[in-house]
Amino acid sequence: MAKKIDITKHVLVPKHTLVSEAEKKRITDNLKLSGSELPRILKTDPALAGLKAKDGDIIKITRISRTAGETIFYRRVISA
Amino acid sequence: MAKKEEEKMEGETKEELVKEEVQEEHGEVDEAKQPMEEADSSEEPTEAEEKKEEMTRERVEAMQHFVFKQVSSIVFGVLSPKMLKKMASAKIVTPELYDKEGYPVDGGLMDVRLGVIDPGLRCKTCGSKLKECIGHFGYIELARPVIHIKLINIVYDLLRSTCRECSRILIPEDKIKKITKQLDTIEEEEGIEARRAMVKKVIADLKTINKCPHCKAKQNKITLEKPSTFMENEKRLSPIDVRARLEKIPDEDCVVFGINPVASRPEWMVLTILPIPPVTVRPSITLESGERSEDDLTHKLGDIVRINQRLFENINAGAPEIIIEDLWDLLQYHVTTFFDNNIAQLPPARHRSGQPLKTITDRIKSKEGRIRHNLAGKRTNFCARTVISPDPMLQINEVGVPLTVAMKLTVPETVNEWNAAYLKKFVERGPGVYPGANYIIRPDGKKKKITDETKEAALEELQPGYKVERHLMDGDVGIFNRQPSLHRMSMMCHRVKVLPYRTLRLNPVVCAPYNADFDGDEMNLHIPQTEEARAEAEILMEVQTQIVSPRYGLSVIGCIHDGISGNYILTKMLSMPREEAVELLSSAGVMDFSQLPGKKVVSGAEIFSAVLPADFNFRGKSKSGEEVVIENGKLVKGVMDKVSLGGEGAGLLLRSLHKKYGAAETVKVLHRILCLGVETLVKHGLSALISDTDMPDEANEKIQNILNTAEEEVNQVIEKFKAGELDAYPGKTLKETLELKILEILNRSRTKCGVVIKEYANKNAFSIIMAESGAVGSYLNISQISACAGQQVLRGKRIEKGYKGRTLSHFKKGDLSPAAHGFVRHGFKHGLKPHEFFFHAILGRDSLMDTALRTPKSGYLYRRLANAMQDLRVEYDESVRDANGRIIQFKYGEDGIDVARSESGKIDVQKIIDET
Ligand SMILES: [Mg+2]
Ligand SMILES: [Zn+2]
Ligand SMILES: [Zn+2]
Repeated sequence: MAKKIDITKHVLVPKHTLVSEAEKKRITDNLKLSGSELPRILKTDPALAGLKAKDGDIIKITRISRTAGETIFYRRVISA
Repeated sequence: MAKKEEEKMEGETKEELVKEEVQEEHGEVDEAKQPMEEADSSEEPTEAEEKKEEMTRERVEAMQHFVFKQVSSIVFGVLSPKMLKKMASAKIVTPELYDKEGYPVDGGLMDVRLGVIDPGLRCKTCGSKLKECIGHFGYIELARPVIHIKLINIVYDLLRSTCRECSRILIPEDKIKKITKQLDTIEEEEGIEARRAMVKKVIADLKTINKCPHCKAKQNKITLEKPSTFMENEKRLSPIDVRARLEKIPDEDCVVFGINPVASRPEWMVLTILPIPPVTVRPSITLESGERSEDDLTHKLGDIVRINQRLFENINAGAPEIIIEDLWDLLQYHVTTFFDNNIAQLPPARHRSGQPLKTITDRIKSKEGRIRHNLAGKRTNFCARTVISPDPMLQINEVGVPLTVAMKLTVPETVNEWNAAYLKKFVERGPGVYPGANYIIRPDGKKKKITDETKEAALEELQPGYKVERHLMDGDVGIFNRQPSLHRMSMMCHRVKVLPYRTLRLNPVVCAPYNADFDGDEMNLHIPQTEEARAEAEILMEVQTQIVSPRYGLSVIGCIHDGISGNYILTKMLSMPREEAVELLSSAGVMDFSQLPGKKVVSGAEIFSAVLPADFNFRGKSKSGEEVVIENGKLVKGVMDKVSLGGEGAGLLLRSLHKKYGAAETVKVLHRILCLGVETLVKHGLSALISDTDMPDEANEKIQNILNTAEEEVNQVIEKFKAGELDAYPGKTLKETLELKILEILNRSRTKCGVVIKEYANKNAFSIIMAESGAVGSYLNISQISACAGQQVLRGKRIEKGYKGRTLSHFKKGDLSPAAHGFVRHGFKHGLKPHEFFFHAILGRDSLMDTALRTPKSGYLYRRLANAMQDLRVEYDESVRDANGRIIQFKYGEDGIDVARSESGKIDVQKIIDET
C-alpha cells in the first residue's frame, strides 16, 4: 500500500499560513490593494491542505530567500 | 432579411467606429473628474484640494490651446460592407492600370481618386499634393462572397455552435442570459483575458450537441477542409450558405461568442466587398529603363479584379455551375493570398521570377515586418560606425573620433547676440575646413546647405534665432554603443576627442562594460541634437555614472592587460632613483610630486602611492592571498593586481575609492593608475618568451612521475573493473562508475602538475607575471603548455565517438586506456602526438559549434526576458509591480537592496557605523 505523504512537511514546500482578518486589513492598507493586485493561488492547491481557506482569503507564504534569508509572500485564494 | 439587418446596424456602427469626436470641451470633463470625485467624498473640500483643482483647471485651459481633437475611445471590429463603401472614394472595375498614354485608367487599380504618387499631380479626392494626401480607399464588389482567411476559425466556431435551421446558439434560452452575466462578472473581476478563456470554454462544449434546444432541429457535423472550405455531412457549404447562417445569428447570441455585434456582425466575416488599399501604400517604382514596376499588392489586386470580372461575365452569361465554381474557388484563392501568402495548404502566389509575393500579412509580421522593423525599430541620423582601437592616453570618458567623421557629424547651435561672431567663423570656414559648419537652419525650420556659392548669402542672412550645424569638436557629447546591447553599460556617454586616422578610439578600461576587444570589433557613436538630450546623456549615461554595475554592486570598469601587469611589476619588484620616478609619474599625467618621499631611491609602492588620495585607507587581499594594506594614501603592504585594479566585479580598491570619493575622483585616479601601469611597462618592458615556460629538469621529472602514477592508477581501476571488483556509485552503472573514476584520476593528475609548475615556475618570467597578476592567462594555461594538456572532455565525458568500439583505428577495440580516450599526455610546447592532436581538434570544433549555436539562442532568451519585464517597476512601497499594478515581488529583490548602491549585493551596516 502506498504511503500517505504530507507534502506540507516536505523541505521544498514553503510554509503556507492563513492570514487573520486584522492582518488582512493591514496588508491591504499597506499595499493599497483594491482587488486584483495580489498574486493568486488555487483553493485546491495541495499546499493549502488543511488550511480551510475560502475565496478571497490571503495566504502568507514564508520562503527561504537567497538574498534576504527569509522572505514573505502573499497570495489571494481563488476557486477556479 | 440581410439588407434590413444591415440597415438597422448602420447608424450605430458608424458612430461607434468613428468615435474620434471633436472634443474642445471634453478634455475638461476628463481632467476635472478625478479631483471632483475626491472632493465629493470628503465633507468640505480642503484648501489643498481646492488648490489642486485650480491647478488642474489651469492645465486644462492651457491644453485647450493646443488640443482641438482628442481620441476618446478606439473600437476594434470587422468592417461592414456598408462601411467599406462609405469610406471608399472609388469603385474599382477593371484590372487595367494605365491607358496608352500612360495615364491611370478610371476605375482601375491606380485610379487617381485613390491618392497621388506622382510629384506635381493633385489628388482627385482631396485636392492635396504628393505627401500631403494620405491616400484613399477604393472597393470592389465581389461577384460571389468569399471567406476572410484570417477570420476562418471564428466562422468555424460560429457554424459549429449555432443551429443549422434557426441559427441560435446551441444553449437553452435561460442559460444564455446566465452565461452573459457570468462573462460580465468575470471580466470585471479578473480582466478581459479571463473573459476570453471562459468564452473559449463555453464554445468548446457546444460542438458535440446534435439537437437544437430552440427549434429541436437535428444538427450535422461540420468540418473545415483547410484552408477555407466548410463541409456539412460531406456536402459543401458555399460561402453564400455560410453567410446566410451567420446573418441569422441574433445579436444577443453573438455576445456569448465574445463578439460585439455592433462593431463586428458575424456575416461581415464573409466578404462581399473587398476594400482596395490606397495607391500610397503600394506605390509603383519607375525603373531606370523608364518601365514601371508595380508593388506586390497591386499585382495581387490585379489578379483579384481580373478573376472577379470573369466570374461576373460567366454568371451573367449563364455559364455552367462547374465553371462558375472553379472561378469562385480561384477568387477565394486570390483573396486569401492577398491577405496572407503563407497559408500552409495553399501554394504561395508568385512573381513571374518565382519569388513569392509579399502581401499584407508579410508586411506586418516578423522581424522585417512593420511592427518590429518600422515601429519598434528605430533608425537614426547623426551617428557613426567604424572599427575600434585602444588608446590608453585617452581619458576614460573620452571617445576618439576620426577627423573625417567629425566633419560629417554636426551639432546644432542656436545663434544669439553673444555667440554670433563665434558661429559666423564656422560658417565662413564652411564644410570643407575643420572646424566648420555644414548647414544653417532658418527659424522656420528650412535647412540650407553651406557651399562655396551659398556661403556669402548664408553669412549675410545669419542672425539670432538661426541655427548653425557646426562640425563635431572636442568636448561634445556622444553616446557610444556596442552590440549586443545587453545591459545599460552597453550605451554610455563619452566626450568627443577629434583625432587623426580612421578608427573610433576608446580607453581600454571601458572594454569590460562594452565587452569589446580589438580584433575587428565595430562600435556606434550617436550625437545628441538638443540641449535636453545632451543634459540627459551627461547626467544619466556618462561613463563616470556607470562605474558600479547594478548587476553585482562592484566596479565593471577597471584596468586590463598592461594596466594590471604594469602596476604589479611596479609595486612588487621595482625601485628607482627619484628622478626616474618623477619622470614616470609625469608621463602618467601626475604633476604633484609632494607625496613622493624625498629619498634618493624610491620604491615602486611609493611611486604607486603618489597617485592615490592622501587620506585613502584600504584593506584587502591580493590574488595570491597576501594582505594588501593602504594607510593614509600609502601602499604599506602587498602588491597591486587584478583583485584590486581589475574590472568586471574585481577591482575592490576601485570600489572602495568610488565609495569614499565618488565617481569623478575614481575616474581620475583610475586613469592615473592605468597610465602608470602602461608607462611602467614602456620603461621596464614586457615580452612573453617561449623560455618563460621552461621548467627545470627536476620539475619535468616530477611531472612525468605524476603522469606515470596516474596512468598506472587508471590501469588498476580498469583491471578491477574487468575483474568485476569495482563497486558502482549510487545510481550509476559499473561502466559509468569506471569512467567517472578515470576522469577523476586524470583531472587530479593535471591539478598536481599545476602545483608543480607553480612551485618551479620562474616568478620573474613575463608570462608568469601576467598569470600571477591576473592580467592575462593562468597557471592552468602555463601547465598545459609546459607539462600536459590533459584529458579532452567532450560533453562531460571522455571522448568515445569514432569507430565501432574504439575512438580511432590506432587502438584496439574496447581499449579503455587514457590515451585511447582523449588523454593528451604532452604539453603544447613539447608537441602533441597525432592522435592527441586529433582529440584536441575534436574539442576545438565542438566549442566552435557550441558558441555558434548558443549565441542566437541566448539572444532570443534575452529578448523574451526583456519583453516580459520591460514595464515592471519598483513602487514607493518597495514592491515590484507591472503596468496594471499587479504585484510581482513584495520587496524588490526580496531584500529591498538596490544592488547598484551596495557592495556585491550586500550592505554592511556595521562597516558604515565604524567608518562614520
Ligand atoms: Mg571581437
Ligand atoms: Zn487625396
Ligand atoms: Zn434551431
